[in-house]
Amino acid sequence: MNDTTPFRPYAAGTQPDYDVPAYGSTKKRHPMQPLVPLPHTVTELSGPRFTAERFPAAADLSQRHGRAAMGERIIVAGRVVDEDGRPVPHTMIEIWQANAAGRYQIDRDQHDAPLDANFHGAGRVFTDAQGRYRFVSIKPGAYPWRNHPNAWRPNHIHFSLFGPGFATRLVTQMYFPGDPLLPLDPVFNCIADTAARDRLVASFDLAITQPDYALGYRFDFVLRGRGATPVEAGA
Amino acid sequence: MASATASQTIGPFWHLLDETGSGDLTRFGATGERITLGGVIRDGDGAPVGDACVEIWQSDPPASESFLGFGRCATDAEGRFRFTTLKPGPVPGRGNALQAPHLAIAIFARGLLKGLVTRAYFAGERLNETDPLLAAIEDPARRATLIARPEGAAQWRLDIRLQGDGETVFLEI
Repeated sequence: MNDTTPFRPYAAGTQPDYDVPAYGSTKKRHPMQPLVPLPHTVTELSGPRFTAERFPAAADLSQRHGRAAMGERIIVAGRVVDEDGRPVPHTMIEIWQANAAGRYQIDRDQHDAPLDANFHGAGRVFTDAQGRYRFVSIKPGAYPWRNHPNAWRPNHIHFSLFGPGFATRLVTQMYFPGDPLLPLDPVFNCIADTAARDRLVASFDLAITQPDYALGYRFDFVLRGRGATPVEAGA
Repeated sequence: MASATASQTIGPFWHLLDETGSGDLTRFGATGERITLGGVIRDGDGAPVGDACVEIWQSDPPASESFLGFGRCATDAEGRFRFTTLKPGPVPGRGNALQAPHLAIAIFARGLLKGLVTRAYFAGERLNETDPLLAAIEDPARRATLIARPEGAAQWRLDIRLQGDGETVFLEI
């Protein structure tokens, strides 16, 4: 097993389809033709190597220019591992999210909720040698969208990860436990496999929670492993 | 062990990540045969996709201090994207095969719950005739959706259609 071994196919039901009628924006944007399978070559097996020298880390989204953003301060921490449980070290994670009022700090977002000059809403961290990461932020607010009448996105944080190869690229969203909007959200519910879907929900973690400072949430990422799916012992 | 984390859409506000110049892969001082690759992304109605994140990756020339091999570009209101990079050469394929020069492309956008992957090859390359992926696409019109056309000196164009007439060939990787 080395860096010329192909990445494993995604497990059935654990990834969304392109055509999801409940999510209206997929209607004109999903391909109608079947995808063409491409056995992995060096192009898919290798990928960019981002370094903190070129892409400086920004692990505290909760303040700007020394002024604290409004909202409930949180710490999000966890690990990035592959499907065999091996840590993915020194990989870049990009983060972006709405502010506590449910508004993104960007002109495109016209939701009538207050901006917060002390909250930019984007960050970047790198995993350590054990695949661990951690950042401080503000709990994002829910916000309305036009997908269907009275549609609201649950509280969520966006993530972008690269991993070791072009084929391990992952763009996803983390949700919060107990959110009443989750059962109503077509983006969250596009994952057929309920276990895979539920893994998009972070868990509250007292061990990550910092006394007198911020609540802690654990969220682990799993990137594709290499080679054939291992046979479970005893299976 | 758990399977790979599920993908979710990049949404319409990913531009918080966007950094000026990230579509120029030569910005860290890379030297070599400089080219541009531009195009327009359209949806099933032929309307421009004005909120997409387009990324390219190339394994040749090999990454170095001055060349990351990766670029990102936001489409504008007319659906246009444009990269500046170094022209890739042939790269090894599987077994003894040789792949024609190409760029890997990933497209993320609102309405895409997972990224779309395609490639840009370059018209006129001799190796296009024997490239394993191009050879696997029997319909010449479909194959042509992966081949960028010259628009001028060192300028290449590849339009992308997400759905419908002239739909781009997207890849399962």
